[in-house]
This record gives sequence, C-alpha cells and structure tokens, in this order.
Amino acid sequence: MEFSGHLLSILVFFPAFGALALLFLRSDDEPWIRRLTFVVSVVEFLFSLILLRVVAIGAPGYALTEYKPWISSPPINYHLGVDGISMFLVILTTLLTPICVLASWKGVHHRIKEFHVMLLLLEVGIIGVFLALDLFVFFLFWEVMLIPMAFLIGIWGHDRRIYAAVKFFIYTMFGSAFMLVGILWLYNLTGTFDLPAIQLTLQSAAFHLAPRTEMLLFLSFFLAFAIKVPLFPFHTWLPDAHVEAPTAGSIILAGVLLKMGTYGMIRFCLPLFPEASHRAAPVVAVLAIIGIIYGALVALVQPNLKKLVAYSSVSHLGFVVLGIFTFQTISMQGAVYQMLAHGISTGALFFLTGVLYDRRHTYEISEYGGLATPMPKYAAFFLFVALSSMGLPMLNGFVGEYLVLLGTYQVHWGWASWAATGVILSACYLLWAYQRVFYGEVTNEKNRNLPDIDAREKWGLIVFAVITLWMGIGSPYFTRRVAAPVNAVIEQTKSRYAEEASKPAAMPQPAALAIEAQPDSLRRTVSR
Amino acid sequence: MTPSAADLIRVLPEIIWCGFGVLLMLLQPYLKNRQGLTLFAMVGAAAGTLATYFGQMGTGFFGLIQFDTYSLFFHWLVGLVAFLVILASDSYLERENLAPAEFYALILFATAGMGVLASAQELLTAFIGLEMSSISSYVLAGYRRDAVKSSESAVKYFLLGSFATAFFLYGIALVYGASGSTNLAQIASADASSNLLRLGLTLILVGLGFKVAAAPFQVWTPDVYEGAPTPVTALFSAGPKAATFALLLRIFTTIHAATDFWFWAFWILAVVTMFVGNLGALVQTNVKRMLAYSSIAHAGYTLVAFAAVTTMKLDPETGAAPAYAAVLFYLLGYSLVKVGAFTIVSEIGGQGERYLTLDDFAGLGTRQPFAAAAMTLFLLSLLGMPITAGFFGKFYVFKAAINSKLIWLAVLMTINTAIGAYYYLRVIVVMYMREHKGDVPAEAATSLSPTAAMVVAVAALATLYLGLLPNHVLGIVLSQNLILSAR
Repeated sequence: MEFSGHLLSILVFFPAFGALALLFLRSDDEPWIRRLTFVVSVVEFLFSLILLRVVAIGAPGYALTEYKPWISSPPINYHLGVDGISMFLVILTTLLTPICVLASWKGVHHRIKEFHVMLLLLEVGIIGVFLALDLFVFFLFWEVMLIPMAFLIGIWGHDRRIYAAVKFFIYTMFGSAFMLVGILWLYNLTGTFDLPAIQLTLQSAAFHLAPRTEMLLFLSFFLAFAIKVPLFPFHTWLPDAHVEAPTAGSIILAGVLLKMGTYGMIRFCLPLFPEASHRAAPVVAVLAIIGIIYGALVALVQPNLKKLVAYSSVSHLGFVVLGIFTFQTISMQGAVYQMLAHGISTGALFFLTGVLYDRRHTYEISEYGGLATPMPKYAAFFLFVALSSMGLPMLNGFVGEYLVLLGTYQVHWGWASWAATGVILSACYLLWAYQRVFYGEVTNEKNRNLPDIDAREKWGLIVFAVITLWMGIGSPYFTRRVAAPVNAVIEQTKSRYAEEASKPAAMPQPAALAIEAQPDSLRRTVSR
Repeated sequence: MTPSAADLIRVLPEIIWCGFGVLLMLLQPYLKNRQGLTLFAMVGAAAGTLATYFGQMGTGFFGLIQFDTYSLFFHWLVGLVAFLVILASDSYLERENLAPAEFYALILFATAGMGVLASAQELLTAFIGLEMSSISSYVLAGYRRDAVKSSESAVKYFLLGSFATAFFLYGIALVYGASGSTNLAQIASADASSNLLRLGLTLILVGLGFKVAAAPFQVWTPDVYEGAPTPVTALFSAGPKAATFALLLRIFTTIHAATDFWFWAFWILAVVTMFVGNLGALVQTNVKRMLAYSSIAHAGYTLVAFAAVTTMKLDPETGAAPAYAAVLFYLLGYSLVKVGAFTIVSEIGGQGERYLTLDDFAGLGTRQPFAAAAMTLFLLSLLGMPITAGFFGKFYVFKAAINSKLIWLAVLMTINTAIGAYYYLRVIVVMYMREHKGDVPAEAATSLSPTAAMVVAVAALATLYLGLLPNHVLGIVLSQNLILSAR
C-alpha cells in the first residue's frame, strides 16, 4: 500500500500518537512537553498541506477515500474521504493547533502534560469529524471531541470554568443525542451508514421519503448543528464557554469547533434532505439574520473584551448559515470562505486577548486604555486583525461576507439588506472597543509599563497576519478549490426537487400530485 | 425418575457454585488465611463458569430447565461478575474486618441462583432460582452488621423483597389456573385472551420488576444499594439484575399472549423508570447513592429494548434478533462497568465507608490518576460516550427502538441521556477540576489495593474492548435465536 493510501488515517491519528508519546515524559518536564507538542502539531500541519496537492481542483467527489469494514452488524465501516471543503477545514485545524501551543506557552502552568494531551486529542476528534464519510464514524468523532474540549475549559479555564464546561457539554450532548436518533432512523430507511450510499439511495427514483419524515430527520440533524454553530436561540453556551476557556481553548473553539456545525449543514443537512432544507430555509435564514444583528448589538455593549469577540462570532457565523441556506453557488462559496476567514481572524483576536490576559489577568475593557503607548506593536497587530474581522477589502473578512451578501441578494433583497447592517455594526463594536483599549491617555497605572509582545507572540501573530493578507488578496486560490464540491452540494440539493417539479406532467398519479403542491411554494421562497 | 447424567451436567455450574460455597464454610475453621479463601472462592466461581463447556444444548429435567446459548451467555455473565466481585471484596473484607468465608459462600450461592434464573424453563424452577439469589442477597446486604445502614438495608430489602416474591408466586398461581401448567412452552399454547392469564403475567411482571428495580417498584433500591457493603452493591447492580432480566425476557418472549398489552406495559415502565432514575440521580451528593439511581435509569434503558422486542414479535417479518442482542450486549457492558465503578467507590470509601460524598472525590485526578481515569471511563460508558461499551449498548437499544418504529420512546431516551450527562459529568468535574477541601485523610490518600486495581483494570479493558471491537461479542449475542426457535 502506498503512503497516500493511508494519508487520511495518518492525519487523524498522528496527534493521538503524539499524545501517547507525551505520556512518557515526566509531568514536570515543562519545556520538552511544550516542544514535543509543538513539533507534533507542526508535522501534522505539514502532513495536511499534502492535501492541497492531492485533492484535484474541479473534480467532484471525494479524494483519498479509505474504506475498511469495522463492525459487521449493523454494517459500520471506517470510511474517510476529503474534498475541497473539508480539506481547508482540516488545514485550518492543523494550523491553529501549533498556534494554540504557542498561545499557552506562558498562560498555562499547571498540569501541563494533561493540557497538551487534551489539545492533541481534540485535534484528533476535529479532524475525524471533517474527514468521516460514515455517519456512525462521524458521530463517534463528534462525541469524542467533546470530552477534551470540556476538560480544556473546565481545568484550565477562568473563574466560572466548571459552569461553562458543563453547560458546553450538556448543550452539545443534547443536540447530538437527537442526531443519533436521526442517524439510526436514516439507517432504518436506507440500510446503511455510508454517506455516499445513503445519498444514492435517497436520490434514486424508487425511493420516496414522506415530507413529514424528511422534515423530522432534517430537524434531528439540524438541531445538533445549530447548537454547535451556534444559531441564534441556541447560542447561550458560547459566551460562557469562550470567556471561561483558556486562550488555546478559545482559539480552537472559535476557529474550528463552530465550523463543525456549519460543515455538518453543508455535508449532511442539505444533500440528504433537500426538500426539507428548502422548506426550512426561510426560517433558518431569518434566525441567521437575527443572529447577525443580535450578536453584533450585544457585542457593542460588552464591557468584557473576550465576550465581545465571542458575540462577534455569533454574528459572523450568522453570515455563514445565511450563505448556506440561500442555495446559491456564490453565497455558499462565500460561506465556506467565511468559515476559513473567521477561523483565522477570530483565532487571531482570541490570541491577542490572551496576550493581554497573560499580562494583566483581566478582560475588562475599562481596565485598559491608552495601550498604544506602552505596546505599539501589539496595538498595530490588533488593529490589523480587527480590520480584517470587520471586513475591510483586501483582507480576509471582506471576501466571505461580500460573496454571501451577493448571493443572498439574488434570492431575497430584504434578507441581504438586513444582513448588511451586521457589517456596519461589526465596524462599530470593533472600532469602539479598539478606541477604548488603545487610544487616549494611559488611565490605569498598572498599564504604564506593560511589556510589548515578545518573539513567540510576534511570530504567532505574523503567521496570522500573513494568512489574513494572503486570503484577502488571493481569494481565488480558495474559491477555485471550493467551487466543485460546493456545486456538487447545490446540485444534490436541487436535483431531486427540480426533478419532482417536472414530474407530475409525465406521471399523473395521485401520489405524485400530492408532491406537486410543494415545489411551487418552495420555488417562490427561493426565487422571490 | 432419576435425572440422567446429561441433565446433571446441564446444571453442573450451579452444582459447582453451591459445592464450593459449602466447602468454603466447612474450610473456614481450618483455613485462617483470608487470601487463601479468596483464591479458593475465585477458583469456585471460575470452575462453575467453565463447567458450562460440558453441557449439552437442550431441555433438561423433563422440561424444567433449558440449556441454550442464551442461558450459556448469562451463566458466563454472572460467573464473571461473581469472580470479579470476590476479587474486589478481598481488600474490603480486610479493611472492615469481616469474616470472609460466609461472605464468599453467599456470593456463590447467589450466583447459583442466578444461574438457575437464566436457564429456568418453568416458573417454579425460576422461583427457586429467584429465592436462592434473593435470600443470599438479603444476608449479604446486612453483612456489615455493626453498621446501622447495613442492617437497615438488609431489613428493607428483605421485607420489600418478600413482598415482591409473593407477587411473583401469586402470579404463578394465576397463570397455572389459566393454563394448567407452569411450563413456559405449555403456557404459550394456552388461550391468549384469558384475563386470568394476563393478570397472572402482570403479577409476575410486578415481582420481577421489583428485582430489576424498575419504577414504580424501585423505592428500595437507593437505600439498599447505599447501605449494603460496596462490593455487594456491585454484585446487586450487575448479577441478579442481569439474571432477572434474562428470566423476564425468556418469559415474555416465549409466552406471546396478548403482545400488545405487553408492549404498552414495557413502554410505560421504561419511560417511568428512566425518568425516576435520572431525576433522582440529579440531586444526589453521595456517589454510591448516585450510582444506585443510575442503575434504576439503566434498568429503564434496558426496558426500552424490551418494548422493542415485544413490538417486533407482532411483525414476524423483521424478527427480534437484533433487539435480543441489544438487551444482552447492554447488560454485559453495563454489568462490567458497574462492577468497576463500585469497586472504585469501595476503595475510595475507606474504612467504614466514610468517604463517599462528591467532596471526597475532589482532586482525585491528581491524587490517584489511575483510579480517576478508570472512574472517568466507567462514567463515560454509563453516559454512553463513544469508544466505550456503554455507547454500543445504548446504540443497539436505540437502533432496536427505531427499528420497531418507537421513535417517541427513542426521543424520551435521548432526553434522559442528556439529563444523565449532568450527574455523571459532575463526578468527573469534581475529580479533575476541584481541589480537595482541607487536608486529605491519610487513609483516603492511599492508592487502590492491588486486587481492586486488578478488577478495575479488567473492567476498564473490557469496557474499551466492547467499545472498540464489539464484533466478536456481537457475533455471540446475535446467535441467541434459540429462544425464538424454541417456541
């Protein structure tokens, strides 16, 4: 077997071996634990870069699939595969993990070994989620990933860490338990857990899913994903988890974990349940828009810098969900791009707040003021990242939001205009916060002699800055690679529904007539 | 009518278990060495389990017992549990200064009773098995007789248990009145619409529902589990429960009279039991008591699979094999996990079982990394997280429920799982994320005794094995179609 035949398995499990190696180090051997974890995660990042070469541009379907029977009854197979969407998300994960190690170099001091083991196990879970093509395997990674994340928040977090960790765990657990019911129901209907096989079955002409069943199935998956994203009424776990998590936890949480929800929507909800997705789209879009505006407004009044960034995530992820549920190629490309961009810029923002926390042990904006004087380099980086997060052209935040709004406008101009206010509001809360933290006189004596960023922090931030700029200028590099899988998703979402719209003429059967009523109303919502 | 040699070999496990029990009591005056007795009892438990190898499949003693792969599975299960519990008791008995011989003998007698329960094909035989295991259990519950709680536990268990046994016996009488037989196969061919038969079966269900701690017959469970010596609690939550479930499954699948009726009975029992167990566990601060409530909740999850079995019976096309397999797999995973978890609780408890509250578990992650890690694994398994036995157990129960189109039951089970997350997680949180208040008492700071550590390691490895590579065991439990074909 050639090497690339197992590349995906290596990608998933290499960090686990790293974690195993860590267990052999003495727990007080701080520098080597950090160095080893850093090396493992960097090597993992380099591995993941191979994907860029292996996944062909413009080719539909999955590359590098791995298939191995695992459990005989029910037939569960270890099935992995990668396409343009999951490729970038994997690379984002492997990029952020070494940065997390850097970010916690000074912030984390107790139980260092366990901390890094958890970080690497978290990476295993997340990459597994992005690569799994078997619903069961997907669910497995989805659940396994919860434990290290809850530990990261609960052990190394701040004051209310336990509350936040438990809340995070139970919220996600609640959603995913329903997803398990959905997965099993789907298995019962199709006889397999394999995602491509299920898609084939569902799309075959002989198979007809009752609208009510499809809707319930859709909801069982969607609830789990919506909690993870988090979509508006399910977002309450996020601020707590973010504020209490250690810097590394926040970076991974905002950078990658939230994307598991939107990734799930693209990968599972839309292609598997096209009609239900179309029927639910107006409601989902409105919730997304509420999330965009609500998140921005709450961010505006936050006295806590980290909470502000957390709520800005609610707002930005709203754009992603909106982009997905308008079913336009442009907006979905924008949504995928925005997922990556948000991972970088919010990851950077959390890195920056972490730098501040290491020095002053508080996130309260009122504690700061005039920081540009003692920390000029830090202030410059913060401004750069804030500008990218609020969507300044030439930086990464702009492309995603622009594409999403463009696609949304083609469907519903009202949605687009409401969502666009989110862009303005994001400028308001970020710039206002920036002004309060960095400009003016140094108001608090403790801040007068704060050291500026050191080499470690500088290199972490430089990485973020370079990627931000490159993503902003070279966005076609991403959109070209994402285009084929996105089109495939749109195709799968459309085909059945379009097919059935044209069917009644050919087959004037009562059963077919019953379906006829829906596509019309659907078309209206979509092409209004 | 003397029983044939083949028949005797079919009950060889029970004979060996009882024989070793008697021998242990006889040997006690001569063998003062506790460890020797432990070893001897373990050999007994293992020998009885291995004796199943010689049994021929088929009905024995003129239709009184049925020796099939189904009863074989449960013989292995209760034998394994007895083996582990005896090993785990060694350090406990030393710490509490209790006489070991009778203790082990009682465990072996109880195990023999469970073996009879698992293979009974006739209701009075089942009753004998039930009494053998129950009466030994009553004594075991009160074995720490200096402790008030232990005595309370024994009296409570005895009074309520006798009451439940009376229900069971009365049920047998009514069933006999309706069908003219106590043999399951003959009852199955009786008039299914007879109200007397239904009433009799209901009373049997009540009696057995008590033994498996199904709500609303569960009130005894928390007190008895909390008061009994912890290794005994481990036994209660695993062995008798699994064996009684085995009998229940055998009765209610062989006699498919009025299946509709049973479907709703199990549906309601399952829902009430899950909620009572989980909501009760939410407010507990004593880990032992919390685990007691959790075992009520798990009885509820198992009953979900029962509801699935009874529905599938209505539809001969699908067959109920996967649902049976779900029950068996679930009980196996659950029993091992419970034995492991209670063993840790027993060791942390220290002398006189004084350190059982959540606060005593604080900081365990740093004090005793191995115990804390194993406990975390067990709790995650009880919660049903992937790569543990509990996940596949729950997964198969879910699958059985959905196969039978019991979507609502599956959803209610989902909600219960989420409730369960809170209290299982709380123990993990306390172990890893809180520091111990004040000084740690010296005796609570010592690590697990070697014997307990062995039990915990075996249980933990089995949990992982069933969670990662369930194929082998699954193959075994899926071949349990014998009771299906027997009717």
